[in-house]
Amino acid sequence: MKIKNFNLGLGSFLRNNPKLGDFLPQAVTLFAIIFIIGFFTFNAQTNMDSRGIDFGFGFLSQESSFDIQFSLIDYDGSHSYAKAYLVGLLNTLLVSAVGIFFATLLGVIVGISRLSSNYLISRLAEIYVEIFRNIPLLLQIFFWYFAALRALPLPKEAISFFDVSFLTIKGFFIPKLIWTNFSILFYSFVAAIVSIVFIYVYGKRKQEATGQRIPVFLISVGLLIILPVVASLLGGVSLDFGIPELVQQSETIFNFKGGINIIPELMALALALSLYTATFIAECVRAGIMGVSKGQKEAAASIGLTPGQVLQLVVMPQALRIIIPPTTNQYLNLTKNSSLAAAIAYPDLVLVFAGTAMMQTGRAIEIVSITMLTYLSLSIAISIFMNWYNKKIAIKEK
Amino acid sequence: MKGKIMLKTLKTLVYMLTSIALLVSFETGAMAAKKSKTLKKTQKMGYVRCGVSQGLPGFSNADAAGNWKGVDVDVCRAVAAATLGDSGKVKFYPLSAKERFTALTSGEIDVLSRNTTWTLSRDADIGLTFVGVNFYDGQGFMVRKSSGITSTSQFKSGISACTNIGTTTELNMRDFFNSKGIKYEPVAFEKADEVVAAYDAGRCDTYTTDKSGLAAQRTKLSKPGDHIVLPETISKEPLGPVVRQGDPVWEDIVRWSLNVMIEAEEYGITSANADSMKSSENPAIKRLVGAEGELGAAFGLDNDWSLRIIKQVGNYGESYKRNIADTGILPDRGPNQLWTKGGILYVPPAR
Repeated sequence: MKIKNFNLGLGSFLRNNPKLGDFLPQAVTLFAIIFIIGFFTFNAQTNMDSRGIDFGFGFLSQESSFDIQFSLIDYDGSHSYAKAYLVGLLNTLLVSAVGIFFATLLGVIVGISRLSSNYLISRLAEIYVEIFRNIPLLLQIFFWYFAALRALPLPKEAISFFDVSFLTIKGFFIPKLIWTNFSILFYSFVAAIVSIVFIYVYGKRKQEATGQRIPVFLISVGLLIILPVVASLLGGVSLDFGIPELVQQSETIFNFKGGINIIPELMALALALSLYTATFIAECVRAGIMGVSKGQKEAAASIGLTPGQVLQLVVMPQALRIIIPPTTNQYLNLTKNSSLAAAIAYPDLVLVFAGTAMMQTGRAIEIVSITMLTYLSLSIAISIFMNWYNKKIAIKEK
Repeated sequence: MKGKIMLKTLKTLVYMLTSIALLVSFETGAMAAKKSKTLKKTQKMGYVRCGVSQGLPGFSNADAAGNWKGVDVDVCRAVAAATLGDSGKVKFYPLSAKERFTALTSGEIDVLSRNTTWTLSRDADIGLTFVGVNFYDGQGFMVRKSSGITSTSQFKSGISACTNIGTTTELNMRDFFNSKGIKYEPVAFEKADEVVAAYDAGRCDTYTTDKSGLAAQRTKLSKPGDHIVLPETISKEPLGPVVRQGDPVWEDIVRWSLNVMIEAEEYGITSANADSMKSSENPAIKRLVGAEGELGAAFGLDNDWSLRIIKQVGNYGESYKRNIADTGILPDRGPNQLWTKGGILYVPPAR
């Protein structure tokens, strides 16, 4: 046995001690992270001390004393900063949810259209994708906002929809639903949904056991309609509409009163976010469908499935596995991009909390950390949900 | 027994010596504090780091050639003239209302001269010190002439008001509308240019901010003549330069750079006649142009610091005329006139 090199390097030492080799890099990384966080904490603390700034979250319970244009919950300036934070968070969630819904809808349609054999449809889809994904989002938001403001009429010349909804520069005014005994209706819906789940499971088992199909879809629709209607009739549920009315405020200033106002900032932001993100989702969908081998479709067709069934039962379940992970990224992007709202006065978390509240309290470090943590939690929540969904539809090896 | 007394005397002696030593060190400590850290850093860098607005005509606005102009800008130029000998040695940092205090407290800038309202909570809470007032302002409203509104008493519930976030404006607006029982829709933007654009497009019925701001922003509207600023003022907005807490000498330098400009106007000293004023009979004038007394020494500056401010930047009246009156923003000085002429500009004597 020849020993060529007595002076073993760290590399070969670790190779010879695989346990330590696994452990050491992790320990070093952990130490480095702790050191960096510790350094920044210490640095911030000494600097804040020397400038006479204290650190704390007590301000959250103080009265905010500023109003917010648009809120899903009851809020005004006499409430606390914590409530203002909640208003901002809910507004962020609202625009993200609306954005995700429309982006997915549009993305799937455009993605399938790009594979259409119709030249005009596939080219149009391609042009749309190439234009909208290549223009910076902030510019698009400005474009839609100011384009909308220029195009929409003043309340006096509002575009009316059946005299109950009005589209104006100050927003889209829609009737407000005023329910009495709403809880009865709500519970009947819950009951309908629960029974549908049972019927679905039962129907599936029966089909697997006997081959007989029961019309689950028809029964579900029936339940969804009949149960709430019967409950409403028995429980005395009634619905009134608060229809927006035009009110004159001065010689030329008009506004709508009553009803719900969907503010133009929300419309422009949701529109810009959906149009932008839909392009990326469309590409994910296209990639997913193209990723399913042609033989699958041909085999499905050969056993007598209709084209719709081929797409629904054979292509999509396989394509989804390819589509979901990158689409999750797009959902995360959309949620984070919604923070650009501040540019056009949509009162989201960044504008309300990391904007106005930070200014009024001067608590930059506290507020920025809360805001960052919030976005992080939102992203993680979306990731967890999408990963769960992805796992559910993944190939289950038996 | 004797030994004990000796020990006592020794102890007393030690105490006395220690306290003397402490006193001496305290004295030298006080002397050392005269040399401001920020001043030292500024002189080493060779420029004053000054936070300004992102474009407010008359206060701080960059012209086509990129030169910053305005009364707020002139405060920074005065500080540069005093500390570095050249009013041109200023580096400007355009900041949004939201960014301004963080930029100052984090040490990115050393003077914040950005139409900033002096309030108790800002002064006491967040590590800032206001050094004075260079413009007395108040919040007002701008509306379209065609609306027929000529007074805030004609406002009715449902009105939408555009403004900036991160300002006292948001708070005043709430106080005002609440006290009148008017329900309003606040539309708050991060940047002033977007506020102007949205108001111009008709998104809001009124635009509210400091009146000087309204007058300045009106020039950016597509048809400035179609809009009026309502006569009512709903708040006190004393605007002035701000420094970081913790450097009292730097604070004094900025405060007195501004005060010198105002006092120079009071005594009729202008950029044109400053040199000839050295032979004046009035000791107050002589002190201001550095011909008498040792005023600069208190800050660690030479004795010509105030003369340079007056010669290079001009007195307050010159700055106002050049930036605000001649540009047509607010030709009437209103409260920003000297106390001797019916205004409220009154500064402590430089002596």
